[in-house]
Amino acid sequence: MEEFLHMGGYARYVWPSYGLALLVLGWNIWSALRLGRAARAGAERRLAAGATEGRDHGDR
Amino acid sequence: MTPRRKRLFSVVAILAGVGLAAVVALKAFDNNLLYFYDPSQVAAGMAPAGKTFRIGGMVTKGSVARTPGSLEVRFVITDFAKSVTVVYDQILPDLFREGQGIIAHGRMRDGVFVADDVLAKHDEKYMPPEVAKSLKHAIPPEGST
Amino acid sequence: MGTWTWFHKLASPPHFYRIAGRLIPWFAVPAALLIAGGLYGGLVRAPPDYQQGEAFRIIYVHAPSAWLSLVCYTTMAVAAAVGLIWRIKLAHALAAATAPIGASFALLCLATGSLWGRPMWGTWWEWDARLTSQLILFFLYLGYMALRSAYDDLGRADRASAVLAIVGIVNVPIIHFSVDWWNSLHQGSTVIRKGGPAMPPSMLVPLLMCFAGFTLLYAALACIRVRAEVLERERNATWLRELPPA
Repeated sequence: MEEFLHMGGYARYVWPSYGLALLVLGWNIWSALRLGRAARAGAERRLAAGATEGRDHGDR
Repeated sequence: MTPRRKRLFSVVAILAGVGLAAVVALKAFDNNLLYFYDPSQVAAGMAPAGKTFRIGGMVTKGSVARTPGSLEVRFVITDFAKSVTVVYDQILPDLFREGQGIIAHGRMRDGVFVADDVLAKHDEKYMPPEVAKSLKHAIPPEGST
Repeated sequence: MGTWTWFHKLASPPHFYRIAGRLIPWFAVPAALLIAGGLYGGLVRAPPDYQQGEAFRIIYVHAPSAWLSLVCYTTMAVAAAVGLIWRIKLAHALAAATAPIGASFALLCLATGSLWGRPMWGTWWEWDARLTSQLILFFLYLGYMALRSAYDDLGRADRASAVLAIVGIVNVPIIHFSVDWWNSLHQGSTVIRKGGPAMPPSMLVPLLMCFAGFTLLYAALACIRVRAEVLERERNATWLRELPPA
């Protein structure tokens, strides 16, 4: 185990790399979910307020 | 011409224009983007004389000589056509070894390249140590820069 | 149903919203498994490299992030062009949703490359063709996002940023071929290479898992982000009177 953590003397390059990777992966998941939830909540709020008085969607 | 076709053409025109500009710019910058010179180019006088530049090549087997009591090291790098002797007096990177490609930054002085920085280059090949060991016996290692 | 009708149908927001919602788990679950397996394989199972020792394990996060930063940029530029030519708002939404993802992976690629370069090459950074063109890619993403945020009008932001995205695509082949065109400090590519990958399966399989995992993760993230964009952009549309199930 200690040998594994030591990474043949390259621990201070290997572990920060993997740490940063997990950070970036985590940030991407967290920010996408947060954005999705916020948009959903906004749409529900508008719907409850009856704000969507119909413009027929013709455009893409 | 429909508006859509017009927009299509303007996108193609932008791409063609920028692409052409990039090609011209890259051609013009060719020498500046040339990260290092090889020993043949240095021998042919293509490297800037009296100024610092980078030289790249493979460290010749058995050429590494250390001066006892100091960090100074002397070695020969080659591109298999011409060779240049390099002197360096600082700590070498981990990948520095005989038979490995390196890039040194410095200047020529009396036919010797005096380096102020040495970087090790590695190639795109990866293998476990045991495989490398058994390969060594089978075929002579190929040169790499 | 012909391809064209199918394409138009997908490009209609309510259909996209529903289809993308259903696709998310199909992208996310394999992505999680592949990334977890790939990183475990790379960190634990793969043997050390004969030259670089354990430091070579950085490749399992470095190369897939480099790949994804290029995939994201290409997607962004193509979507922007489609949006500009065919006036498809959904395509602009995809381009906008892709930019922050691509930027984060371009940055991860630069950071892990630096952590690799220091012990192996002997330098954190060099103004070499590959490194410089990858840095430009990161700045292109930042420029794209800054340009979008400079406009209040969504349509104008879409069109102006699309032009920037399309112009910047020239950098993508430059990044890929920089190591072949110039004498570069960076080595050539290991996987996409004449004569096949220069790596034994014990090292290659986890790497390919990471490549696939990162790509699928992007697909899942793009679905989530574009759905959010659609809800914002279509806030007045009739189909949103009845919100489809989450």
